[in-house]
Amino acid sequence: MRDVAIIGAGITKFGERWSTSFRDLCTEAGIAAIEDANVAGEQIDAMFVGSMSAGRFVGQEHVGALVADYVGLGGELHIPATRVEAACASGGLAFRQAVAAVSSGMSEVVVAAGAEKMTDVGDSTDVLAGAADREWESFAGATFPGLYAMIACDYIHKYGLTREQLAQVAVKNHYHGARNPYAQFQNEITQSTVMNSTLVASPLRLFDCSPVSDGAAVVVICPLERAHEFTDTPIKVLASAQAGDTIALHDRPDFSTMGATVAAGNSAFRQAKLQRKDIDFVEVHDCFTIAELCAIEDLGFVPKGTAGKFTEEGETQLGGKLPVNTSGGLKSCGHPVGATGIKQIWEVVQQLRGEAGKRQVEGAEIGMTQNVGGTGATVVSHIFGRV
Amino acid sequence: MTVARFWREIPQRYNLVGTKCETCGAVFFPPRTLCPHCRRDGKIVPCKFSGKGKVMTYSVIHSASDQYFDLKPYVLAIIELEEGTRVTSHVICEPDDVYIGMPVKSVFRVLDCDGPDGVIHYGTKFTSDV
Ligand SMILES: [Zn+2]
Repeated sequence: MRDVAIIGAGITKFGERWSTSFRDLCTEAGIAAIEDANVAGEQIDAMFVGSMSAGRFVGQEHVGALVADYVGLGGELHIPATRVEAACASGGLAFRQAVAAVSSGMSEVVVAAGAEKMTDVGDSTDVLAGAADREWESFAGATFPGLYAMIACDYIHKYGLTREQLAQVAVKNHYHGARNPYAQFQNEITQSTVMNSTLVASPLRLFDCSPVSDGAAVVVICPLERAHEFTDTPIKVLASAQAGDTIALHDRPDFSTMGATVAAGNSAFRQAKLQRKDIDFVEVHDCFTIAELCAIEDLGFVPKGTAGKFTEEGETQLGGKLPVNTSGGLKSCGHPVGATGIKQIWEVVQQLRGEAGKRQVEGAEIGMTQNVGGTGATVVSHIFGRV
Repeated sequence: MTVARFWREIPQRYNLVGTKCETCGAVFFPPRTLCPHCRRDGKIVPCKFSGKGKVMTYSVIHSASDQYFDLKPYVLAIIELEEGTRVTSHVICEPDDVYIGMPVKSVFRVLDCDGPDGVIHYGTKFTSDV
């Protein structure tokens, strides 16, 4: 297996992009990534596109081919493009497929894209509910926020968690998002903003939830040994892990421990031969505030039941022991579901190159991502380092 | 939901009929046709559940999909049946009355309707069994 490096990354502004179509979002991020990588179309030999539900959000399937066509890789170059789907982990999984293609020697220069156009559809709640078990969760009345709310209810019952601690996750992510020019929400909020917002699924309120968003993100990878042909600042992939779990939350032994995060995290640390203390910052899947707390516990950064206190003490904010979601996370940067996994990797690239501006983690050498599909039936985790 | 998609699971949805693995004794509701513990060594047979159980975790849903829009707010819970398996379902009670550990029993109810002229879906919900 060959070592792999990221040589370019690009992103669109996330948000309600009313005037921009699915394909144009992909083209916007794709051009940015390909220019950043300084690679010619003739040098690219495969593409993977992560999208959760283009079929239901915009009525378009076959988006691998569509995206390749509109970024100029389909018609004349006939580059093979593959769509990858694992609900909200589609982007992270598209990246992992790209890494597999390069590390195996099957491909040389590969593009990994993630995109979602969510604001064209009315009942996005129902589309997102398809990330859970349609027959036995969604049809029984479970909304996607409702499932995470039941995780929160279980967590609060077992470990205790104050409303303020939970709210602080969103406050901290908005603080970071206010420093990211690509974020959907670039405003800071207070705990009272969260605690006085509308109830969505108790105990979760509107500001505990990531928004409905449009956006795309793209990265370009190649064998590490060739990375310097394209860039002076390649980012090495130190680990690529994926784990699975039961599709339904009710079949898990412990609702507030995501077994797939534990498994993927352990696998990633083994591959990278690193300790938890070696990680300088992490991008985790905060589709809901409670999910961020579970994620940093299940990845092994803090003991179970203590992430609320850790967050309250400011340790997950810029300047803390472990900055979490410097991009603003899904909450503040936005959550175009298929794009999120690639956006997390884009943020790691900005940080490790020292190009994250006002949200730069000082001296960042090693970063990690955790991208969740559904309520944890798929988790994809990567570790990256400077070369 | 199409008529066939709902109809094929009527025994399960109406009567809490799940499955059981005779090899290891594990019970499944929602039903499984393969035991994830024994896989090909498992022997799956039908299993009727008593409908008695308790609330493991819950949420009061205030923002629903179109299907349950008229019902909100409603109580959603994961219920552990006394036979040991768990199911996601509505609990028919006041939002303030639900709690972890609450004893519940299954009842037969209308779930929803595909519009004014559409198919009415029936199925299982739970109520307090104190
Ligand atoms: Zn068995």
